[in-house]
Amino acid sequence: MGFIETRNLCKTYFLGEVSVPVLRNVSLEIQQGEYVALMGASGSGKSTLMNILGALDRPTSGEYYLDGEEIGSISNDRRAMVRNRKIGFVFQNFNLLARTSALENVIMPLTYTAGNLSPRQCRERGIAMLKRVGLSERIHHHPSQLSGGQQQRVAIARALINHPPVVFADEPTGNLDSHTSVEVLEMFRELNRQEGITIILVTHAADVAEKADRTIHIADGQIVEGLFGATPERKEAGQ
Amino acid sequence: MRLGSSFTVALRALARNPGRAALTMLGIIIGIAAVITLMELGAGSAESIRSNIETMGASTILVFPGAARSGGISMGSGTSMSLTPDDYQALLRRCPHVEAAVPIVNARGQVIFENQNWTPNSMVGTAPEYLDVRGWTMEEGEMFNDRQVQSSATVCVVGKTIVRELFNGRSPLGSEIRIKNVNFRVIGVLASKGANMMGFDQDDVIIAPWTTIRQRVAGSRTSSGTSSTSEISTNSVYPGDSSLYPPQSEKFEENYRWSPRFVYVDQILLKAYSPDEASKAMDEIEAVLRERHRLEPGMENDFRLRSSAEMLKMLTETTTLMTNLLLGVALLSLVVGGVGIMNIMLVSVTERTREIGLRMAVGARARDILRQFLIESIVLCLAGGLIGILLGHGAALFLRYYLGWPVIGSVQAVLAAMTVSASVGIVFGFYPAWKASRLDPIDALRYE
Repeated sequence: MGFIETRNLCKTYFLGEVSVPVLRNVSLEIQQGEYVALMGASGSGKSTLMNILGALDRPTSGEYYLDGEEIGSISNDRRAMVRNRKIGFVFQNFNLLARTSALENVIMPLTYTAGNLSPRQCRERGIAMLKRVGLSERIHHHPSQLSGGQQQRVAIARALINHPPVVFADEPTGNLDSHTSVEVLEMFRELNRQEGITIILVTHAADVAEKADRTIHIADGQIVEGLFGATPERKEAGQ
Repeated sequence: MRLGSSFTVALRALARNPGRAALTMLGIIIGIAAVITLMELGAGSAESIRSNIETMGASTILVFPGAARSGGISMGSGTSMSLTPDDYQALLRRCPHVEAAVPIVNARGQVIFENQNWTPNSMVGTAPEYLDVRGWTMEEGEMFNDRQVQSSATVCVVGKTIVRELFNGRSPLGSEIRIKNVNFRVIGVLASKGANMMGFDQDDVIIAPWTTIRQRVAGSRTSSGTSSTSEISTNSVYPGDSSLYPPQSEKFEENYRWSPRFVYVDQILLKAYSPDEASKAMDEIEAVLRERHRLEPGMENDFRLRSSAEMLKMLTETTTLMTNLLLGVALLSLVVGGVGIMNIMLVSVTERTREIGLRMAVGARARDILRQFLIESIVLCLAGGLIGILLGHGAALFLRYYLGWPVIGSVQAVLAAMTVSASVGIVFGFYPAWKASRLDPIDALRYE
């Protein structure tokens, strides 16, 4: 079984009498340590798939295993815990708390972590994380005092604070210029290589998807390409 | 999520918009300040009414004899001569709720000093404790003492009106005034008290030893119980001296049912330890007097009791009612303040939808969000309450120093205010907090 595995995942929205199927029988498998791009036009269902994979949403039917645990049908509180411990999110618009320092933003998820760290340990961990993303000089700056690239790096630090095995990045370069985009994508690549963190990049831009090892194309709620990952064996066979 | 960090998060969230937080608190501040001021004012006026009535004699009880009947014709209240000096001493000894007791002998008549004359409203023959019982004080000189009572000394204490009418305001100490051809030396002047609740001038009074008034001024009214007239029991008058008559055994005294009452007093004035104990004291007095007067069960009392405890009760109830009424209005303003809190919290929840979405995405459970917003509104209300308490207390102090209103600060008021403001925070913060916790993280994250 893969690190992420779905079986016949369906998601249907009900708008009054009309039912709108958004995902249709999606079955996919992603191994630990993969760097995957999830690609598709807007309305293709890629955001819905990401929400389900990110444990933010529930499938209408089908099963979803993350790290061997079925989480498609568990309670909201359990899913909140899974998000806290196993998943990091990076958003297009950074989603940092305004008028709150970079450090406070980074350690915010720790407030919801059971098995507590002392406030001092939290701060130390946050500072280490900011150092990792190259912002040790900007610890006490507020988001409004940081550039877009810096803000996104704060967001990445926040996503990594609980050492999650998987990071979901939803159009992480959508609000960045091309130069900083490259920097951010480099950072994901580095995280993937050095720490073996599974990266799932949701994008509609082909040049961004190119950076990933494997691209999954979605159209009309179904996977049309990239269903089988470039596993190490497959890569070797192909070369 | 720990409680301490919840508070930090709440404080930080409020600090992000201090102006709005202050405006939101305003309703609570005004409400709590009003409650505190009113509670302190209410307690103050209740206490002042209480002490006012105390000086008018709320804990005093008056015993006066019942009506005498002569051939089927009632002579009216107070005409029977059933109260003796021994009665008052027995009451003092045997009633645990009675603090003091004094006999009263009333007299009326003209008072003459040099070429002035005046008929005082009341001329009271009594014992030195009379002042304590009435709560009166001396302005000059001193009250007569027990020795002077025992020796029927011709001394007296006068009120302010007497000083004005007879002495033209000069100090009367040492002067001799004439009452019914008896010369009395003035040894003291009472402090002014003004009119009582019924409108009587309480300063138009002369107080003298009851023995003197009884023997030499009040005249010789016959006792209904005996055939002998105007005979004075020297035993009662001079309790310390040796008896004129052969001493009788206690048993004989007890069994001698119709012991002639040679000396009687017009009234007995008693004081309970507090106004609340007045009714208990009255029960004891009735029991002791019935026993002493040898009244069989079923027989009517030959005396009557009167106290002003009822009056005090009524007045205190009125003040309490007024205070509660005003308190109700103040609490209403607190509710309005609470609605203000709810409004702003709802706006705040809408404004921070993205933040809520983010917090949920990184692992906040619904109850963490609920708690965060609930604590925020409680912190808001408690801070408002604290400021309100200070303001309200300040206003009460202002009223005391500049308007002279009676004010009593109370710890209960402060505790109640804190409890109320915290409850307002919980009650009115709950709906917005609940709304926040019910948000869907996906929608919340996408909210613009």
